[in-house]
Amino acid sequence: MKVGVVTFPGSLDDVDARRAVRIGGNEAVALWHADADLKGVDAVILPGGFSYGDYLRCGAISRFAPVMERVVEAAGAGMPVLGICNGFQILCESHLLPGALIRNDHRKFVCRDQLLRVENNRTPWTAAYDEDQEIRIVLKNGEGGFVADAETLARIEGEGQVVARYLEVNPNGSLNDIAGIANERGNVVGLMPHPEHAVEELTGSGLDGLGFFTSLVETALA
Amino acid sequence: MPKPEILDPQGKAVQGALPRLGFTGVVDVRQGKRFEIELEGEVTDEVLAQVEKMAATLLANPVIENYTVSLEDGAPARSEQGAAR
Repeated sequence: MKVGVVTFPGSLDDVDARRAVRIGGNEAVALWHADADLKGVDAVILPGGFSYGDYLRCGAISRFAPVMERVVEAAGAGMPVLGICNGFQILCESHLLPGALIRNDHRKFVCRDQLLRVENNRTPWTAAYDEDQEIRIVLKNGEGGFVADAETLARIEGEGQVVARYLEVNPNGSLNDIAGIANERGNVVGLMPHPEHAVEELTGSGLDGLGFFTSLVETALA
Repeated sequence: MPKPEILDPQGKAVQGALPRLGFTGVVDVRQGKRFEIELEGEVTDEVLAQVEKMAATLLANPVIENYTVSLEDGAPARSEQGAAR
């Protein structure tokens, strides 16, 4: 499958994300924030970083980048979209995902190998994992606290939209230890930790992130 | 402003700093943003509605923030006057 990775001004992990896409067995297509079309890709990844310098709010300005109009349309039509870290923030600002991400409750940037439980393996990005599989991948953020009003939170929990949950410690004050969520349809997934940094033994904490990039093929073949 | 039920870590940091500087009796601090927007021509209801839309679309995230729009006459802004002297 062709997977587009959007580079915004200030994206940091776009190259790693493209590499992870290739290692996962898919074709990586570089997309630019000012692009007016998605170059025929089958799925899109919004990578981590500090797009537009995180000015105003993280993801607030990126949401209105020309390419995002196409991403929002395509997501509405069912295309798989994965937002990692800053990409998660952009998806929330775009209202493709409920809730928002705010500054870590302890006010410090956090960088650690984080244990997660993949609770929803019914999305095109998590199908390669077993339900409730525990994985350890790197987490690095300053504004990763997931918040939503009580009603929204109850709905996310009730509908099984929590994709991944922090185990051992809650690293940023996220409500209900939420590390990642999906939209109601399940095609749009946002995740604060970085699976693209855990796809090779040589670098990173192991291969636990690879499933996010091999799932697309499994889903397509299923 | 961040909604009352949303944690405001920046406000908490400021609140923590104030007693260290000898300012006592501060019960809570919330930190928000203020935008000063200069408009051309007369500010009609229509123009004001546009500004409301700016606030709801870009300036604030209604999921976590409340906002108010208020109209102030005249320029320059106070902060600029302060800086000039």
